Amino acid sequence: MADGGEGRVVALRGGRRGRTESGARELAHLSDEAVLALIARSDDQALAELYRRFGRLAYGLALRILRDDALAQDAVQEAFLGVWRAADRFVAERAKPSTWLLTLVHRRAVDLVRREERRRAEPLPDTEPGGAEIADEAELAAQRQTIRDALRRLPPEQREAIELAYYGGYTQSELAERLGQPLGTIKSRMFTGLARLRETLGEDANAEGGTVPEGGLSN
Amino acid sequence: MDSGSPHELAAAYALDALDADERRAYEAHLAACDRCREDVASFRETASALAYDVDVPPLPETLEHRILNAARAERPNVVPLPRRWAIPAAALAVASVAAAVVLGVWATHLSGSLDHQKQANKDQKALVDILSDCTKTQMQGGSAAVCVAPTHQAALIADSLPAATPNKTYEAWIIAGKSVKPAGLFRGGAGRKYLRLTKSVPGGVTVAVTLERRGGVSAPTSTPLLKAKVASG
Repeated sequence: MADGGEGRVVALRGGRRGRTESGARELAHLSDEAVLALIARSDDQALAELYRRFGRLAYGLALRILRDDALAQDAVQEAFLGVWRAADRFVAERAKPSTWLLTLVHRRAVDLVRREERRRAEPLPDTEPGGAEIADEAELAAQRQTIRDALRRLPPEQREAIELAYYGGYTQSELAERLGQPLGTIKSRMFTGLARLRETLGEDANAEGGTVPEGGLSN
Repeated sequence: MDSGSPHELAAAYALDALDADERRAYEAHLAACDRCREDVASFRETASALAYDVDVPPLPETLEHRILNAARAERPNVVPLPRRWAIPAAALAVASVAAAVVLGVWATHLSGSLDHQKQANKDQKALVDILSDCTKTQMQGGSAAVCVAPTHQAALIADSLPAATPNKTYEAWIIAGKSVKPAGLFRGGAGRKYLRLTKSVPGGVTVAVTLERRGGVSAPTSTPLLKAKVASG
């Protein structure tokens, strides 16, 4: 069990990622799953590490849905606390940690937007990446491009239903009303669209060696 | 559920497009439907890819602090000295062991490569002896198991445990009541790794693994990543 090349990787990561609160242990070499296992054991530095990996993405998602900084922060905080509370139960579940976290962020943001009724009615504007200096930017931009391309390949009515639901926080009944379609039509648009998206993302992963978000920003 | 198949609802559920009542009803349905849970897991994976089509603005400066404070307030931080192991003796041992660790590592590096090779062969044979006839107990916390031979010699089997960094090591422990004894070091890494435990493993004890500083320590300084209680008898 000799040393591998991990030292280099850690150094690289340590250098290009932001620092957490002072005194943080070096956890950058751990997989997302291992970080989660540490969180399950009440290791708050592991929680800080998870935040370092996915905090920006989580915040970006919450902000896109909520369009309000304070609410977005609340959603992100609740999601990370959700991980903190339930990490020990997650281990058995066999989903990716990033998926779990983003699911929590999304649900929280959607619940908040419904409560606050803050969502905007009209087409969610395409926004350009902000000029942050972190080198993960390139990685994120590539992942963003992948999902955008996949969305563009959907029939417009399927894309519309998925985007309004996911980024707009609309329920299926609200969508039916809003788009003037029977509920069944909305359901099947979301289903067919999401299934097609899954297929497209799977193809891309095979063709390009995995540009689909795999381990989030960390793998 | 009303019109439409449950499979269609899996997509709506994964997109969080169900209202509160629909969500509750579907979750009740999920509890009894394996296939639906698989659908949901798969759609969740796809839906979470949508999260990447967002701006990633700089994080608000205070948010990390807020989250960590709230987390600590809910559940006390038990690292690096977990409450149940934070007995004074253990704490003292941790503090005093640092110098010994440095010496230990130094000694290892000086040892002749031939002796090293002989020892490695001996270890290998002992390991094979154990593995040829042993009873396996899966460990909690990761893909790993302890396998105990009738002689109570035992091996730890770890599958693709994230490799320890150069300044860290995994350390195995035998825990019997209040007694916690070190039982060997290993690095983990891709693929299946074996560690012959340096102490025998009688029935009823717990085998645990922690991540420690390179060279190992004489008492664990963190909560176990892996743990298994070996059946008695």
